[in-house]
Amino acid sequence: MERPLTINIHPGQPPLNLKEYESVGGYAAVRKAVTNLTPQEVQQLVQESNLKGRGGAGFNTGFKWSFVPMGPDAPTTKYLIANADEMEPGTFKDRLLLEGNPHQLIEGMIIAAYAIQANIAYVFLRWAYKKAAELITKGIQEAYAKGYLGKNILGSPFSLDMYLHTGVGRYMCGEETALLNALEGKRATPRAKPPFPQVSGLFGKPTIVNNVETFCCVPHIINNGAAWFKSLSYSEDGGTKLYGVSGKVKRPGAWELPMGITMRELIEEHAGGMKNGYRLKGVLPGGASTDFLTDKHLDIKLDFKSVSAAGSRLGTGTMIVMDDATCPVGFVHNLQHFFAQESCGWCTPCREGLPWVEKILWSIENGNGREEDMELLQMHTRLLGPGNTFCALAPGAMEPLQSAIKYFGDDFLTHIKEKKCPYQ
Amino acid sequence: MPTIYIDNKPYEVKAGKNLLETCLTLGLDLPYFCWHPALGSVGACRQCAITLFKDKEDTQGRIVMSCMEPVKEGACISVSNATAKAFRGQVIEWLMTNHPHDCPVCDEGGCCHLQDMTVMTGHNYRRYQYKKRTYLNQYLGPLLNHEMNRCIQCYRCVRFYKDYAGGEDLNVFAAHHHVYFGREKDGILQSPFSGNLVEVCPTGVFTDKTLKQHYTRKWDLTAAPSVCQHCSLGCNTTAGERYGKIRSITNRYNGAVNGYFLCDRGRFGYEFVNDENRITQPLIRNRVPEAVDEQSLMDHLKLLLTQSRTLIGIGSSRASVESNFALRQLVGSENFYQGVSLDEAALGKLIASILQSGAVHTPSLKEMEQADAVLVLGEDIWNTAPIMALSVRQAVMNSAAANALQQTSIAGWHDAAVRELVQDNKGFLANAGLTASPLDDISTCTLHATPHDIAVMGFAIAHAIHPGLPEVPQLNNELAAKAAQIAKALQQAKRPLIISGPSCYNEAMIKAAFDIAGALNTGERKAMLSYVLPACNSMTLAMMQAPSFEKSIDRINDNTVVIILEQDLYRSIPPAKANAFFNRCKNLIVLDSLHNGTTEKAQVLIPAATMAEADGTLINNEGRAQRYYQVFVPTTGMVKESWKWFWQMRSLQTSSGNGLELHPNDWLTKLEKTLPQFNGISRVSYPPEFRIHGQAIPREPHRYSGRTAMLANLAVSEPKPLQDNDSPLSFTMEGYPNRPPASLIPFFWAPGWNSIQSVNKYQQETGGALSGGDPGIRLLEQKTGTPTAYFTDIPEALPAPRNKWLLLPAYHIFGSDELSAYSAAIRELCPEPYIGLSTQDTAELGITDGKNITLVAEGEEYTYPLKIQEHLCNGIVLLPAGLPGMPALTWGSWATIAPSLKNNAV
Repeated sequence: MERPLTINIHPGQPPLNLKEYESVGGYAAVRKAVTNLTPQEVQQLVQESNLKGRGGAGFNTGFKWSFVPMGPDAPTTKYLIANADEMEPGTFKDRLLLEGNPHQLIEGMIIAAYAIQANIAYVFLRWAYKKAAELITKGIQEAYAKGYLGKNILGSPFSLDMYLHTGVGRYMCGEETALLNALEGKRATPRAKPPFPQVSGLFGKPTIVNNVETFCCVPHIINNGAAWFKSLSYSEDGGTKLYGVSGKVKRPGAWELPMGITMRELIEEHAGGMKNGYRLKGVLPGGASTDFLTDKHLDIKLDFKSVSAAGSRLGTGTMIVMDDATCPVGFVHNLQHFFAQESCGWCTPCREGLPWVEKILWSIENGNGREEDMELLQMHTRLLGPGNTFCALAPGAMEPLQSAIKYFGDDFLTHIKEKKCPYQ
Repeated sequence: MPTIYIDNKPYEVKAGKNLLETCLTLGLDLPYFCWHPALGSVGACRQCAITLFKDKEDTQGRIVMSCMEPVKEGACISVSNATAKAFRGQVIEWLMTNHPHDCPVCDEGGCCHLQDMTVMTGHNYRRYQYKKRTYLNQYLGPLLNHEMNRCIQCYRCVRFYKDYAGGEDLNVFAAHHHVYFGREKDGILQSPFSGNLVEVCPTGVFTDKTLKQHYTRKWDLTAAPSVCQHCSLGCNTTAGERYGKIRSITNRYNGAVNGYFLCDRGRFGYEFVNDENRITQPLIRNRVPEAVDEQSLMDHLKLLLTQSRTLIGIGSSRASVESNFALRQLVGSENFYQGVSLDEAALGKLIASILQSGAVHTPSLKEMEQADAVLVLGEDIWNTAPIMALSVRQAVMNSAAANALQQTSIAGWHDAAVRELVQDNKGFLANAGLTASPLDDISTCTLHATPHDIAVMGFAIAHAIHPGLPEVPQLNNELAAKAAQIAKALQQAKRPLIISGPSCYNEAMIKAAFDIAGALNTGERKAMLSYVLPACNSMTLAMMQAPSFEKSIDRINDNTVVIILEQDLYRSIPPAKANAFFNRCKNLIVLDSLHNGTTEKAQVLIPAATMAEADGTLINNEGRAQRYYQVFVPTTGMVKESWKWFWQMRSLQTSSGNGLELHPNDWLTKLEKTLPQFNGISRVSYPPEFRIHGQAIPREPHRYSGRTAMLANLAVSEPKPLQDNDSPLSFTMEGYPNRPPASLIPFFWAPGWNSIQSVNKYQQETGGALSGGDPGIRLLEQKTGTPTAYFTDIPEALPAPRNKWLLLPAYHIFGSDELSAYSAAIRELCPEPYIGLSTQDTAELGITDGKNITLVAEGEEYTYPLKIQEHLCNGIVLLPAGLPGMPALTWGSWATIAPSLKNNAV
């Protein structure tokens, strides 16, 4: 089983420096791309590989790139940005890549920048990832020194400058347009689309924002081809995937596995199954903003399409397992507290709706719930839907709530009836 | 024109608009908060949700925000379907979760967009049963209250204050449901456009602090269409009264003039009407008592006016066309002067003759906003014509947006996307002035120079555009380079705008501005030329070519009767000169509304009405005649429009007192016959007998309360409503209940729309002209084919006399205008008197900032603290113009400076 993204990551050891990275084939893909391939060919290759964005939306990466204006009439400044603002609760897979092999990210970004002919690249990094910040800074310096960054990379006409930008710790900055505003020094509120960032992004210039893991796939696609990349997967989505499991399992962690392994294999084999005395009650398969699945869904394949079909989203692929000793109301309240606090305050439904939801859940959890509260919660899950709010934050927040009501509705009612939390 | 289907009904609509403005233009009621016609769409509040269907077969549709969706041919939408309605109702319920529901004690109550939208969506009972979040409020200065708990986070305040008006000290802080709109810390809001927050805010976060001193609900106000008296732009206002006091000034939308916004001088400068210093009784000096009744006054006047003496009339740039013309008729055209200095009269005359020639187009403020390159030549418009500065800012922003949008499919109304695309790009603005201006921040090219240098740079620009015009000899390198840069930018523009004015007391500057505009005018390119004038009706006197009263001095002898109309001559010329003038006036009649230096000299003082008690017409700087209407009839004293007094005097003079009344329109008709340059002015209003379905236009809204009780302490029977014989407006609630003609709108109010946002219902399209056309009659239209008579008399540089400084006025939005400074709130914002010098001059004189220095001009000494002007050029001394208590000076003359003898004895 190939695991190209993590093969050179050795927990407990420092990551490869540039020289070591080169010795295992690093930066060969950059050389190949800028000397042998046209930007269009790189785009084409990535599109064919069926690499889908690893930030959660699952959009074909090469296709996303194809919207960037190219050619002599295109703006002379274009930007490429790595979204390393990993703040989805329960998600820690990008951290592994950032701390484990920073050059892999830098290499992927150089190739992607070449593909869209961007001349400035930023790594937008979560504030709390201090170690990653150090490593990326060092990696960028090494890449400049070796001529992989800067003017005329490897003697080609292509030039690229890369910078590290650390955020201030707002979940909102993971939303690509809010990230752009934050990078411009503005409030981290999202932007309306259209215009899409590919056309008018950072400072009004064409911009591509991709997730860290997405960029890390790119060098391997260039080196080994689209067919190879697709062959890594058990599903129609190309490549491997970094899956993570947290919760009361025996071995919480993150693993690079073929895209489309089953949830059962991931939880039972890789994470070692539930801790003794605990039963699996529900799973958020792709982070806090995805719908619960239950033990009935253990055999679904973890790819974008299959998880959607089961009523949730693959999201970041890092799952939170909820056990039977944890109160679902308290669990969901905790999530809603996070989302309400992380709302940017731009649009009404999110700014005012989420704190209301949080307060209702808190009151139910504390035995003060009323039957009509269930109707209010349902109303919010309906009306904080996509399109009604300005961005995906509130709809994402509603996913665990609506599915918790669907699967664990009895728990809510017991709270209300007994006027206390039955789990305490 | 595309056809769209709204609730299955086809409508032909305008392309390029969004669905919200389209629905509002069609007269549909669709609630909104974050959108504003002048600010565009950002999609934040989610209040204007509608259902958009894929096609006619689609029955589900999806919720979209109408403000963010463009009009598309064949689009099917529903405003009234259950899903969209339920969502809109829920948005209000969300917004109201933290709103304090304090309408009974909120100043916005009764004219609140949030109230209106809440009622419109049908939200009644709150289901949110938790604690509300609360905020601390801030002190924001004397003009505005801050009550953040009422905030519904629509973001309009910061979008107006920062994005639209360029302010920097109001911001949005924090996140999620703690979002806060205010200043970094308590303090006076710095933007002179801050008062617009009162109207931009959909609820009571920002309210009028001056109104709070004498609060009245909108529904209890007697209101009339008014025109701002505090600069030459003629912004349209609504003045509201109760119990004989003006309570507030609000914006009266005029699509061609002020649009949605006023400056703070105009909004808060109304309290002179209510001032204790008002003249309410006629006085005859040296009588016991001096205050007399009307009969005694008339008897006295009859003696004065009929004993075959010469009458000299001095007109006023702050009195109406009617009053000035009535005075001119009374004294005879050859005896009619204006109450400004020789220099000011000459500059006004020059400007009027340039514009009357018809060689160039003088634009409305709305047209200025469409300019794609702007040159301001020497006029400090930020302080002398603030709303023009706001228009220039829009021009700079709009042209940058137009450039940025060329290559994209982004719609101009998509405010956030447009700003993203534009970034910090600005359209071309060159700002040449004596010293720094807030406009410098958005200027491509800035020049701080002497009036002479600014003028010669102007001529150099004209020469660069039109090489047939004379070259400026010995132009220094900086001026030459700037002239070339500016000329190039103006030539590349399609709609260049040149602005100048008399505030530097420099004739050449005004001429150069004309030459540039003339040179730019080609078939393709339509140049605009705009001059600011000193006062609200300076244009009328300039168009009448009235000479300065200084020219009348030699004609005055003991037998002359001098009549001064609503002007304090001590504000026009230095005290010594004014005293000399008054010493000659043995028979002086003064009509004015407030006591001042001039009224003290009057032998006969007659109480004149202010704009609030008068009907009258003003002509603004673009030559637009606009009528303001009497708001209320004063119940005490004998206050009357000056033109009424003059008509009475005329009757005395001719002994023809047959009781015939003249109305404003009659005066204007006479004026047209007498002075053809005013042709058309009588169309400025409807005749007093104008009725709609037999009904007059009521000044009081249908919910006016207490009229049977208001005077019950005096008499229990309800008094008969007062008659207005001068206009089609009535002093009652009764009358035509619907939308009146545009020039007669006493207040904006429509069913379901109690707040000023109801202006939507009065427009042809949202943000466009008022239905029936924007009010005002333009008298100075460009005449095609008029040859451009260029000025070729480039002035030579005169070396400054040794140890002399050129004395020039510094204008202040708060302080330089006479009447607005009577408002306590404005007075609080006025600067203290000072003497301004350049850094280098200060150093050479060896004086320090803040210490008293003495200026000697025409033998008089003036001692004030020194204020170093970092950007002022050497050789100029600036004194604030027109501050209360500061004497007038001979601007443009040479003065000497000495460290004060009284210097810092303290």
